[in-house]
Amino acid sequence: MAEATIDPMHQFQIAPIGSEELAVSPFQFTNSALWMLIVLVVIVAFMWGGTKRELVPGRWQAAVEMLTGFVDNITRESIGKEGRKYLPWVFTAFIFILTANWLGAVPLAILGPHPFTVTSHFTVTGMLSVISFLIVLGVGFWTHGLKFFSLFVPHGTPLVMKFFIAPVEFISFLVRPFSLGLRPFIAMFAGHVLLDVFGNFVVQGLSAGGAAGYGIGLLAFVFLIFVNALELLVGAIQAFVFALLTALYINDAVNLH
Amino acid sequence: MELSSAQVIGAGVAAIGVGAAAAGVGNVFGSFLQGALRNPGAAGGQTGTLYIGFAAAELLGLMAFAVAMIILYAPPA
Repeated sequence: MAEATIDPMHQFQIAPIGSEELAVSPFQFTNSALWMLIVLVVIVAFMWGGTKRELVPGRWQAAVEMLTGFVDNITRESIGKEGRKYLPWVFTAFIFILTANWLGAVPLAILGPHPFTVTSHFTVTGMLSVISFLIVLGVGFWTHGLKFFSLFVPHGTPLVMKFFIAPVEFISFLVRPFSLGLRPFIAMFAGHVLLDVFGNFVVQGLSAGGAAGYGIGLLAFVFLIFVNALELLVGAIQAFVFALLTALYINDAVNLH
Repeated sequence: MELSSAQVIGAGVAAIGVGAAAAGVGNVFGSFLQGALRNPGAAGGQTGTLYIGFAAAELLGLMAFAVAMIILYAPPA
C-alpha cells in the first residue's frame, strides 16, 4: 500500500541545482535563480520578437503592442499625463509577475523537469512590493516634501474627525506594501498547493488500481486540468492587480488626491 | 493532546475561513453582474475595479489558508 501522506510543501523548496540542501554560503545558484533567468529569457525573446518596428504589425508585434498598450492604459488612467514616467517600472513588475506565474503553471512535469514558480515565495513578490513602495515614498517626498503627510487627512473632514481618521489612514497606508506583496505570493502559493494535492490524487488513484482507483484518478485528472486553467487566469489577474495597485499608489503620491 | 493532532485540527478550523472567501468573492462578482445587467454601458469601465475587488477579497480568504498551512507545517512550537 503506498504511503498515504501528501506533501505539498516540497515543491516550494529552494535548493542549489544538483543538491537538496541550502549550504551556508550566500552565493549559490538555486532553482529559484535558474527560473528567474528563464523568465528573463522568455520576456526578452517575446519583446525582441515584437519590437521589429514593422509599419504594418504582424501577429507577434500586435501581441506585444497589445500588452504594452494595456499597461500604458493602466498608468495613463490611474496617474494621468505624467504617468508615462512610471510606465517602465509598472510594466516590469507586470510582465515579470505574469511570466513567472505562467511559467510555473506550464505542465512540463509530464516530460520530466518540474517548473518552479518564482513568485510563490514571499521574498520575491515582497521585494517587488518594497520597490513599488519606495518609488511611492520617493516620489511623494520629492514632489511634495512634508506636505506628503496631507495624504492621510482627507479633504473637508471636520477637525475633530481629523484626529481619528489620520491615524487610521496612516496605518492603512503602512499595510499597503505588505498586502501588495502578499497578494500575488499567496495566490500562487495556494494555487500550487491545490495543483500538488490534485496531482497526488491522480497518482494515488492510479497506483491503487482497480475500477475505483482508475475512476478517481481520471476524475482528479479532469479537475487538475480545470485547476491549471484557473491557475493561468489567477496568475494573469494577480499581475494585473499588482500593476494597477502600484499605479494607484503612485497616483496617491503624485496627485495627493 | 499531541502537537500533531492539535496541528491537524487547527489547520482544519483555519481552513473554514476560506469558505468566507468564497462568499466574499461571489458577492463581488454578483454585485458587479447585478449592476452590469442594469446598466450595460457603464459596465465596461468598471471591470478594472471588479478585478481589484476580487483580488482584495481573495487575498483575505487566502490568508486564512496561509494560516492553516503555517499551523500544519511550521507551527510556532
